[in-house]
Amino acid sequence: MELGVITDWLQFLFMGIQRGAIYAMVAMGFNMIYSSTGIINFAQGEFVVLGGLMMVSLTMVLGLSLVFAFFVSVAFVTVVGILMERLTINPVKHPSVLRLIIITIAVSMLLKGGAMCVWGKGSHYMRHFTEGAPLDFMGATVMPQTLWIIGILILLVIGYVVFFNFTMTGKCMRACAINRDAARLAGINDRRMVMLSFALSAAIGAIAGIIITPLIQMDYARGALLGLKGFGAAVIGGLGNSLGAVAAGLLLGTIEAMAGGYVSSHYMDAIALVVMLAVLFVRPGGLFGKSEEVRLKEF
Amino acid sequence: MPLKDYIGFCILICLVLLMPHLMVNDYYLGVLVFAAFNCLACIGLCLLMGYAGQISLGHGAFIAIGAYSSGIFTTAFGWSPWAAMAAGAFAAMVIAMAVGIPTLRLKGHYLAMATLGFASIVHIVAVAATGFTGGPAGMSGIPGLRLFGYPLDSDLKYYYFAWAAVIIGLYFAFNLIHSRVGRGLRAIHGSGDAAEAVGVNTAVYKIQVFALSAVYASVGGSLYACYVNYIDPGPFDVMHSVMLVTMVAVGGLRHLWGAVIGAVLLSVLPEILSMAAAPLRGIGIAYRPDYDILVYGGILLLIMMFLPDGLFAGIASAGRSGIAVVKKYARGGRIAGK
Repeated sequence: MELGVITDWLQFLFMGIQRGAIYAMVAMGFNMIYSSTGIINFAQGEFVVLGGLMMVSLTMVLGLSLVFAFFVSVAFVTVVGILMERLTINPVKHPSVLRLIIITIAVSMLLKGGAMCVWGKGSHYMRHFTEGAPLDFMGATVMPQTLWIIGILILLVIGYVVFFNFTMTGKCMRACAINRDAARLAGINDRRMVMLSFALSAAIGAIAGIIITPLIQMDYARGALLGLKGFGAAVIGGLGNSLGAVAAGLLLGTIEAMAGGYVSSHYMDAIALVVMLAVLFVRPGGLFGKSEEVRLKEF
Repeated sequence: MPLKDYIGFCILICLVLLMPHLMVNDYYLGVLVFAAFNCLACIGLCLLMGYAGQISLGHGAFIAIGAYSSGIFTTAFGWSPWAAMAAGAFAAMVIAMAVGIPTLRLKGHYLAMATLGFASIVHIVAVAATGFTGGPAGMSGIPGLRLFGYPLDSDLKYYYFAWAAVIIGLYFAFNLIHSRVGRGLRAIHGSGDAAEAVGVNTAVYKIQVFALSAVYASVGGSLYACYVNYIDPGPFDVMHSVMLVTMVAVGGLRHLWGAVIGAVLLSVLPEILSMAAAPLRGIGIAYRPDYDILVYGGILLLIMMFLPDGLFAGIASAGRSGIAVVKKYARGGRIAGK
């Protein structure tokens, strides 16, 4: 009996980490665009959906190898992100934040509609990255795909830290995020940095979509909720703080899975959103942010 | 209220009276009744977006609160539909304040995400709380409205009633924006810091406008529930909240007339598109209602990029330049006549 309780708990924990890793990646994508432009990109969830659906088509329909299809899918969504920035964000001169946010809402509608036209309304099955029986860990089962998700999240975080701390481009992006005018005076092409932030954020979204699709069966309409929970993670971690967002994403996923397991599966989706609202109301700077920072921050 | 707006009201009233005579059947009249409900929600949303400069992505939830209040209080507690409507409006106001007070005191657009999260929660509860809301199957048997004992039992009667409600709501909104509160709001939109410096309490004004806009949406929802007599969670999803923002943005953020135009245009657009499906099929394009979202997204994107003040501002500036051209020619004519 004692073991059964622990087994259940572990099972929910694994499920939570697996969901949370996806929220963490979506939140990292939000933060990149937020840092460079000050806007929340409502099309972030659609990047996830596009990545997943593209991967399904390349592997299950065209029969390409996983690794090749992975890179093609990420490249495809990255191009979508770049096009979005070049065609809809960049041409707007003297934009207000309100206007840019509505533009990203419009783009998300177009991407959602486009995905529905291309892939239809049904959900799509994709095989797991590695064949093989689920692993057994103290009675709880762990899908090999979950290990892939955790591994890729760790790689992404390492890549993120290296990129923003040890490369010139990453440092330029950080400079733009801190003070755009000063960065421009120092000779940084800030418009290019905005484009780069859309490209990176689309790529991260695509990776999240690709690795979660074998577990949830992607369909065109999932973008909104994935995006919203990813935003929840970004808020809980403190907007603009990507490492905080990773921790918050894992926390949010775990809370959600535990609530789904122990309280009510009907209200599982609502609980993550209630946590997000609670943090937004009580500590808008995020759990890891300083409360005075948020007064200066604007989005 | 400037003379221009009184002329606008006259045109609106004439159109409302004229439309039923142009309708071939009651179905299209029904479409215009739904347009009136959207109009009410959009008037409130326009006050919030255009005058307080904040986005709410949760107005679908306030419509749901109005509709479900009407449904629950009339069927389960036997209240009159009017009392239920008032209860819904009060609930919407209180909830809007609960969501608005913490988020609107912050700078920026935290409200957008808070309302989006809140709207998703309301939709999830509407689906899951089967005891109260009937769950996905919905609730039926909601009584229709009676006006001074006179039942609004046909599409035509409800059409006049719904649009009368829109006109009253619009009149109230116009009075509000030409009052002290309205001037304060416009100052906030111009520059929050400057408004604060001259003594406008920006947070309080924003919270009040948000609560008022929630009441508008809730009344629209109650009227909807009393019209169709049946509600289910379907129409109150997050997509509907996004549609309301689209309507206001397409019509024009900066003017209440824009909200009316946007709400009516986008409410009847699906009908226009389904009528256009037949000729499109003739030239080899199989148009399905599924594609509506692409049309909406495309319209919203184009308007926001090229006509950021919306269709109404576009029409108004086209009208002004038209008048200028006419004046120029008239003057030219006089000079030539000399």
